[in-house]
Amino acid sequence: MRIERRLVQRRWLPVAVPIGSLIVAFGAIAVVLLVTGHAPLPTFRRLFDAAFVADGAVTNTLISATPLAFTGLAAAVAFRMRLFNIGAEGQLYFGAIGAAGIALLLAGQSTWLIIPAMIVAGAALGAAWGAIPGVLRAFAHTNEIITSLMLNYVAALVLNYLIFDSLSYWRDTSATGQLFPQGKTLPDAAAWPTFTLGSVTVPFGFVVAIVVAAVVWVLYTRTRFGFETQVIGDSPRAARYAGMRTRRKIVAVLCLSGAIAGIGGASQDGDFRHVLDARGLQQANYGYTGIVVAALARYNPFATVLVAFLLGGLENAGYTLQGADFPSGLVGMMQGIILFAMLGGELLVRYRVVIERSGSVGAAEATT
Amino acid sequence: MRGVTKRFPGVVANDDVSLEVARGEVHALLGENGAGKTTLMNVLTGLYRPDEGEIEVGGRPVELHSPRDAIAAGIGMVHQHFRLVETLTVAENIALADRQAPFLLRGREAERQVELTAEALHMPVDPGAKIWQLSVGEQQRVEIMKAVRSGSRVLILDEPTAVLTPQEAQALFGTLRVMAAEGHSVVLITHKLHEVMEVADRVTVLRGGRSIATVRTSEVTRNELASLMVGRDVEPERRREPGEIGDVVLEARGLAARGDRGVDALRDVSLSVRAGEVLGVAGVAGNGQRELAEVLTGLRPASAGVVEVDGKRLRDGDPRAAIRAGVAHVPEDRLRTGVAPSLSIASNVVLKSYRGEVSRGPFLLLRRIAARAAELIRRYDVRGAVPHAPARLLSGGNLQKIVLAREFSSRPKALVVAAPTRGLDVGAIETVHGYLRDAAADGVAVLLVSEDLDELLTLADRIVVMYEGAIVGEVDARAASVEEIGLLMAGVA
Repeated sequence: MRIERRLVQRRWLPVAVPIGSLIVAFGAIAVVLLVTGHAPLPTFRRLFDAAFVADGAVTNTLISATPLAFTGLAAAVAFRMRLFNIGAEGQLYFGAIGAAGIALLLAGQSTWLIIPAMIVAGAALGAAWGAIPGVLRAFAHTNEIITSLMLNYVAALVLNYLIFDSLSYWRDTSATGQLFPQGKTLPDAAAWPTFTLGSVTVPFGFVVAIVVAAVVWVLYTRTRFGFETQVIGDSPRAARYAGMRTRRKIVAVLCLSGAIAGIGGASQDGDFRHVLDARGLQQANYGYTGIVVAALARYNPFATVLVAFLLGGLENAGYTLQGADFPSGLVGMMQGIILFAMLGGELLVRYRVVIERSGSVGAAEATT
Repeated sequence: MRGVTKRFPGVVANDDVSLEVARGEVHALLGENGAGKTTLMNVLTGLYRPDEGEIEVGGRPVELHSPRDAIAAGIGMVHQHFRLVETLTVAENIALADRQAPFLLRGREAERQVELTAEALHMPVDPGAKIWQLSVGEQQRVEIMKAVRSGSRVLILDEPTAVLTPQEAQALFGTLRVMAAEGHSVVLITHKLHEVMEVADRVTVLRGGRSIATVRTSEVTRNELASLMVGRDVEPERRREPGEIGDVVLEARGLAARGDRGVDALRDVSLSVRAGEVLGVAGVAGNGQRELAEVLTGLRPASAGVVEVDGKRLRDGDPRAAIRAGVAHVPEDRLRTGVAPSLSIASNVVLKSYRGEVSRGPFLLLRRIAARAAELIRRYDVRGAVPHAPARLLSGGNLQKIVLAREFSSRPKALVVAAPTRGLDVGAIETVHGYLRDAAADGVAVLLVSEDLDELLTLADRIVVMYEGAIVGEVDARAASVEEIGLLMAGVA
């Protein structure tokens, strides 16, 4: 048995493979559920119900999906140029720090000033954090995978320092805050609005994510900047040959990626947490899940938002499903198997498995 | 081999090919690029398995599952890229392939054996020398000896003269005749007609994956063979008439540069090309020609020296400066440097001009780009090309036409062209040569780097010869002989 690169791409494969992967995943999950004494079909029903059908299900799914859309877009923007920015996690922390800081600073101002300022500050700090691996990659040829990953840990330490290990501007310094370290609550004017569509409440952040996706799409398909990133991603030699300024583009793309993740951090402050939530942000792993989102969406910005919605549903359903008779480990297992099958299936789009029977050629020759 | 068929998705690389090689003959396998020569040889050496057909060696049917089987069946192959251990000696490399070599190698004895073989084959080689000290021609001799010592009765050589000077090629042909006289069978894969006429007893012509004919070289003319190979009558190409020559456009003074491995690849190179002139650069592959083209076009920074266009100095190591100054470049590695292979043909057409009239501010005018691509595809007759298809799907010849179309349409002052016809078929070569002639006639200063001496002699006004990174001589292309250039290429003149 060998694995070969596909010489011809079939049109139906990119559609058929994800569907096939899902079927395989649910088959595997069914086996595990049976072994652990749960009925598979009702469980699947409940899963789907909790994600997309029940009262408030879509609202909750959107809450889970919003940060994934941002980190997914951040990853997609960089990966399109074959820059593997694993640092959306840290860039999101910095975006949250920046947005929380500016919101506290502008307390008492109009919400029309505070919300744009939070977005700009989140984007700026995220971009700054993304610029570090960018500059190192462009001018010192360091591997951006390693530097961006390591900077995630640095960002987490900064976050912890601001809330737990110091009396920083972000920390609640009241009596309870001294006892239980936590961030200062942001002013009410810093709370991002929501929109109601029928029974669904759409957070402002999700709308921003859709706008960002559209901007990214225009940037990458309609502008000189996007053209250059495409060429550099496909063949750096050809880009240099064509006189493109490769190094500047590397820095710019990683800044853009960091800025998008940073807006994701601002959305966490403004949409949901209303405080610089050091522990909550670190537990969520938005940055790493965003990489999965981008990969499943094949780096297409609109598909990224869609995949974020679907994965948000899976995550949201997981919270609903787990309980006394349904341990959280089982939920994690289901999510893991689905992601594993989807990503594994991607291999089949580009490669094919050839099964060789060693006797066949000999047999054919023996008869001639 | 009889009736061998090998299919790949979308193509039949070999379609019912039969080849019969007699003991003691030199048999040429002649065909254009893409005719299926390499596939056929990969079948013979066990790398591919045929979908149909059978192979016999010495009257016995054999089944070749791997290169090991092929060696056991007595089939030896000398590839274009050698498979030698650079840090070992000649004798050690040969012993590695020799199944009769004793487990514990006795150096003296092994060297003695190699000397005997070398003498028998008229191939002078020092058995104690390390591989990296040898010239490419000598390394090739080691490869041949390796095949002979491993018991090969059939020796296959894939384009063996591509890396040799004309004199080295002559010596190789002498060796092949000796081997044939001693009862070996030699298969020579080539697309060069004069080699076939010179050394082969018989020739099998492949075209479009089929074996068209097998003929005795004594019974055909060169032109008949060419027609068989191409499938239509071909006129031998006429030498380019010198045109009107103007002022110096492209000038280099005292250029030096490092190669990819950090060693000096270019030493004190000075040259100048005038408007309407074609300056040829000859040399055996790897003597600094590639680095020269890259330094002239800004792709590789120079460690010393200057490049001037119309008397103005170019910023070193900046391709955009060269493009702005009007230096167009057809790179040697067209698939990875000349185009972005996964991007569309339209994108590749505007690879250098996207900042200009096909964009407004930061935005691209996609419709104008598609129209531009469609126009160039038509004007340069790129067959089977649509603007939105990825460039990598084009054949070598059509890809080269896209690169040429892009570079010529920028109305350059100077054109640096490296190996423009390598890997192209006869029809495409004629087209590419036509474009180069037109460019020179339009007053473009053309620098043509090529390993094909016939191409240089046909197109160039003057030829400079490079050896070990330096220009070792300059000849008038109209008065020079292949022998004269060959001696310069070998670094002996």
